[in-house]
Amino acid sequence: MKARVTVMLKDGVLDPQGEAVRHALGTLGFEGVQAVRQGKVIEIDLAATDRAAAEAEVRAMCEKLLANTVIEKYAVEIA
Amino acid sequence: MKAAVVTYPGSNCDRDLARGFELAGFEVARVWHKDRALPQGTDVVGIPGGFSWGDYLRCGAIAARAGIAEAIRAHAARGGYVLGICNGFQILTEMGLLPGALLRNAGLKYVCRVVGLEVVATTSAFTSAYAPGARIAIPIAHHDGNFTADAETLARLEGEGRVAFRYLENPNGSANDIAGILSANGRVLGMMPHPERRCEPLHGGTDGAALFRGLAALATPA
Repeated sequence: MKARVTVMLKDGVLDPQGEAVRHALGTLGFEGVQAVRQGKVIEIDLAATDRAAAEAEVRAMCEKLLANTVIEKYAVEIA
Repeated sequence: MKAAVVTYPGSNCDRDLARGFELAGFEVARVWHKDRALPQGTDVVGIPGGFSWGDYLRCGAIAARAGIAEAIRAHAARGGYVLGICNGFQILTEMGLLPGALLRNAGLKYVCRVVGLEVVATTSAFTSAYAPGARIAIPIAHHDGNFTADAETLARLEGEGRVAFRYLENPNGSANDIAGILSANGRVLGMMPHPERRCEPLHGGTDGAALFRGLAALATPA
């Protein structure tokens, strides 16, 4: 079973890297880019075969290590 | 007084930090991240600067979960002193021993230069040897020193006198110009600037030495 974790800065936390990307897109002529937020994607291969159990385990991983919930939010997809 | 300086893979200020403690009269033990216990009688744990685990995932994230982490947490819980500098500050926030987090510098650049600081809180052992409001020059060298916390946390830090140091000119976008903060009991200090790099005349200045002197004079065993 595969899990895909998306970690993003929480809304309201300034993302200077996203802002730099937005600026660079503007200078390349892409008009109308109003905001860019940059995050990370983490793919995990799991031995688990039960979908619900896998999701619960990956959520625990997010809380304990993969995301810093002071500044970040995360989403888990199981495939 | 006994200090224990922790070394993680990628730490690069551990020897400087040990030297800073020694100059103030501390007996210093070196601790490896895989150790499970601190040396008997440790009064102060020093968490050094550097790039533990190459800053992978987030600065300090892996170090905060290393083998020695539980011993550091227990030391802090019983009222022991902990000093985290630069990556050490990032590790302390990742461990939850200090609030907030350190984001990428607002200017996106690694900043390495001597900056002016105001010593704000002088009630802690760490800052006790500085005059209230003292202005000191200490180097910074970081890419991720932009301190952030929610409005409520910032208000609490300010209200409880837990802002230890403030930048005179903000180099990284830190909220409220914060360069270093204290725990609620004043015994855990995290700061981005490097006082251990400003302890001897050959460093170009000695403004950092008073931090270690104050700690040596006032730190009472937990």
